Amino acid sequence: MTADLGPAVHENPVLETKGLCKNFGALVVARDIDFALEAGARHAVIGPNGAGKTTFVNLLTGALPPTGGSVLLDGLDIAGLAEHERVKRGLVRTFQINTLFNGLTVLENIYLTVAERMGVATGLFRPVGSRPEVVAEAERLVEMVQLQDDAGRTIDELPYGRQRLVEIAIALALEPRVLLLDEPSAGVPGAESHIILDAIAALPADIAIMIIEHDMDVVFRFAERITVLVSGAVLASGPPDEIAADERVRAVYLGHGHG
Amino acid sequence: MTVPTPRTNNGAAAGALLRAHRFRAIELIPWILAIAVYFLFPGYRLLATQILVLILFAISLDLIVGYAGIVSLGHAAFFGTGAYTAALLADAGWQEPISALALGAVTAGLLGWVSGWIILRTRELTLLMLTMALGIILYELAKDLDDITGGFDGINFENTAILGLFPFDVLYYTTNYWYAFAFLVLGFLVARTVVHAPFGRSLVGIRENVRRMHAIGTPVQQRMRHVYVIAAMIAGVAGAIWVQVQGNITIGVYEFEMSGNILIMLILGGTGRLYGAFIGVTVFTILENLTETVLGTDPPYWELVVGVALIVTVLFAPRGLLGVFDPLIRRFRERTP
Repeated sequence: MTADLGPAVHENPVLETKGLCKNFGALVVARDIDFALEAGARHAVIGPNGAGKTTFVNLLTGALPPTGGSVLLDGLDIAGLAEHERVKRGLVRTFQINTLFNGLTVLENIYLTVAERMGVATGLFRPVGSRPEVVAEAERLVEMVQLQDDAGRTIDELPYGRQRLVEIAIALALEPRVLLLDEPSAGVPGAESHIILDAIAALPADIAIMIIEHDMDVVFRFAERITVLVSGAVLASGPPDEIAADERVRAVYLGHGHG
Repeated sequence: MTVPTPRTNNGAAAGALLRAHRFRAIELIPWILAIAVYFLFPGYRLLATQILVLILFAISLDLIVGYAGIVSLGHAAFFGTGAYTAALLADAGWQEPISALALGAVTAGLLGWVSGWIILRTRELTLLMLTMALGIILYELAKDLDDITGGFDGINFENTAILGLFPFDVLYYTTNYWYAFAFLVLGFLVARTVVHAPFGRSLVGIRENVRRMHAIGTPVQQRMRHVYVIAAMIAGVAGAIWVQVQGNITIGVYEFEMSGNILIMLILGGTGRLYGAFIGVTVFTILENLTETVLGTDPPYWELVVGVALIVTVLFAPRGLLGVFDPLIRRFRERTP
């Protein structure tokens, strides 16, 4: 957990995109995006609604195939890797809208993830009950996000904010090297949002994190670097103070409702 | 929130996960009933044998429908392929029943492997249509090749005694009953083992949320294909037993009605719980038989009765007949931590 918190001088980013493009017919949702995420980075991606932020996440994870350009993980083009193969290499995302196993308990949600990461999920014969180490690891993660009192509740039974924590616990269970957080506090009532933000602040320092967020307080508290997306293209990218001072950014984004 | 209820805390949830695979005394009930029926109703052994085989068939369907969430309207493709493998082998002189049945499982499994490669790339309605198409193609093929399959008239064949000791008995269904019973026990144990293994849990994950499964690193399509093959093999065994105990096969084993009925039986009993197959098949078959006995077969009133039963089930017990007991069981568990 001792990470180098000095200025990022890594030559090789963990995750990088070069000229990434995506069209749906005539509609351009990603336009020539060059982006780099270094080990231990805290990088926010902001932009008005419809700027293509979630599309960008989907292009990174492989949920959507790009129309052009490339995504590189550790310097290698991962175009040929399916979504699940990218996860196995440490590229993990959370969803803007909770995407969980709603009929299963919190612990089962985490258990499935741990089993997959540990490579035991293909086991046909030995029952879950004779693999206590997998269950114990799931319990540990449940405690990490402080859901131990809700472990036996199904996701359906939980308030939205607590479900959000399960999203984060699942991401942690995958032991990510690169974590893409898609609006982690979206839909969470103000009174509960600190639970999410604390959980994010407590994430291991060596994970490279990209966060998509609308809440500027969160962005400026969390990010060491900010990229502004507008209409699928990068408008500006730099340290928070630079972005805050950028006239173009103020005009298209911060100007709306934040003035 | 200061005093967590016992059901919901971490330790209790982990305990539930760790104990889920253990056998409970209540699970003996269907087997005791199956043994009792043999002795109490000797006149109904033919019907009872059919029920045992159909339960095995329904269990195989439950693996894909109830666990992995792959709804199929063409499961008879595997049932029929297992059946024809066993029957044609016997007809050609390979009369040892258990090896023929094993080969039936292999051919059905191969069909599952190959067809799954295409079918499981699709989803929902497309997938449903493709499973149905496979069933119909095989049925039409079997009809066209009637010099091999015997068509509507069928083929009569004989098997040697089971393990060289117990000859099949098509009149009184003594050996036949226990043959079906033994393979039902075996097939059930395989299915039960699989669903309680991490593999089976991951199928439930696929049913609950495919997108999330991709995002936790599951090769979803591969996993679905694996369970598809397992289900196909068990269905193949069921098909082989179905024709071996009758000493006769017709293209009826490939009929769409076979696929449709087994799905209805499963939904009637409750999906995703293995024991739903037992209840659904038994209720459906007895209902069918009763109405035929009481009201005759012309017109086929039983279809009306089954239709009404299904509508009532879907409306009032959407989780199937066994699902009716879920709230009671949950309340009982909450009271006794």
